[in-house]
Amino acid sequence: MSETTAHLHAPAQAHSAQQHPIRLYLVVWGMLFVLSAFSYMVDYLGVQGLARWTLIIIFMMLKAGLIVAVFMHMAWERLALVYAILLPPAAVLIFTALMVSEANYTILTRLAFFSTAP
Amino acid sequence: MAQSLDNSEFRPTGLRGVAADFSSDQRAFKTASWGKAMMWIFLLSDTFVFGCFLLAYMTARMSTPVPWPNPSEVFALHIGGQDVPLILIAIMTFVLISSSGTMAMAVNFGYRRERGRTAALMLATALLGATFVGMQAFEWTKLISEGVRPWENPWGAPQFGSTFFMITGFHGTHVTIGVIFLLIVARKVWRGDYDLARRGFFTSRKGQYESVEIMGLYWHFVDLVWVFIFAFFYLW
Repeated sequence: MSETTAHLHAPAQAHSAQQHPIRLYLVVWGMLFVLSAFSYMVDYLGVQGLARWTLIIIFMMLKAGLIVAVFMHMAWERLALVYAILLPPAAVLIFTALMVSEANYTILTRLAFFSTAP
Repeated sequence: MAQSLDNSEFRPTGLRGVAADFSSDQRAFKTASWGKAMMWIFLLSDTFVFGCFLLAYMTARMSTPVPWPNPSEVFALHIGGQDVPLILIAIMTFVLISSSGTMAMAVNFGYRRERGRTAALMLATALLGATFVGMQAFEWTKLISEGVRPWENPWGAPQFGSTFFMITGFHGTHVTIGVIFLLIVARKVWRGDYDLARRGFFTSRKGQYESVEIMGLYWHFVDLVWVFIFAFFYLW
């Protein structure tokens, strides 16, 4: 029974089977190439300081967003999965804040107690 | 029967949908099969692994009074009589992004049941992945011959070597496993396992083209991790 009815249910299954035009993938591929070229240019042109860090982060987030949303099809998943997967990494940001404070304390004590040269 | 439950037009959307899905007393991920959900959860755990590596690198770099070696110069190549900064890393980035593009198209052709094209695109992906690993091996060889060790290097803070080998080594391992995984799935596609719903030798579950998409999730994740490594380790 299931062998023959499987075909009848094929349109209903299209929701879980990700079907999108090839053109979409090619456009995203092109955008990733351009964004990578931009982030390489940041280094090649020797942009420094705050401008460098801002540009690196912007290009990185745009590339990551395109890969997750289109290539990994997250844009077409239901919100339950999107939240379950994309919210937990926010904990890494809290960890980052903790480690920034910790690293500042370490360098402070190193400079205060071992500063022979700098 | 199962398909009629999958009709998502009858389900609430937005936050109400999240609450409804999680409280449905059924599977929570209505549009993702268990295989896809499990791959996503594995990738989430891998995100934490790489997140911790990058955090350890950040902490080491922020807390050392010794200057950090300039990656732009360390990874420069001598081409045509001048040093081109970071050129090998840029090429590696383009190779990996291209492999993600071919992988995405392989998934698409898989769902169209064009198994020849799917297998060919997966082989192209594997080839680009192997190229990436080859270039990484070249980069490691170059740095080791220049005196970079996990405990010292000629240019500055000794932590540079340990973070470099740890982060790129772990990522390279992921790419290598991905290439093997790609070759296995490509062979199954080529043989028509997913058209015939042939059972897998290990799980003895019926094969289907969703396996190509799940394989793709892993491959795109490897590319995703490289985006962060490129930004934080090589460009920062």
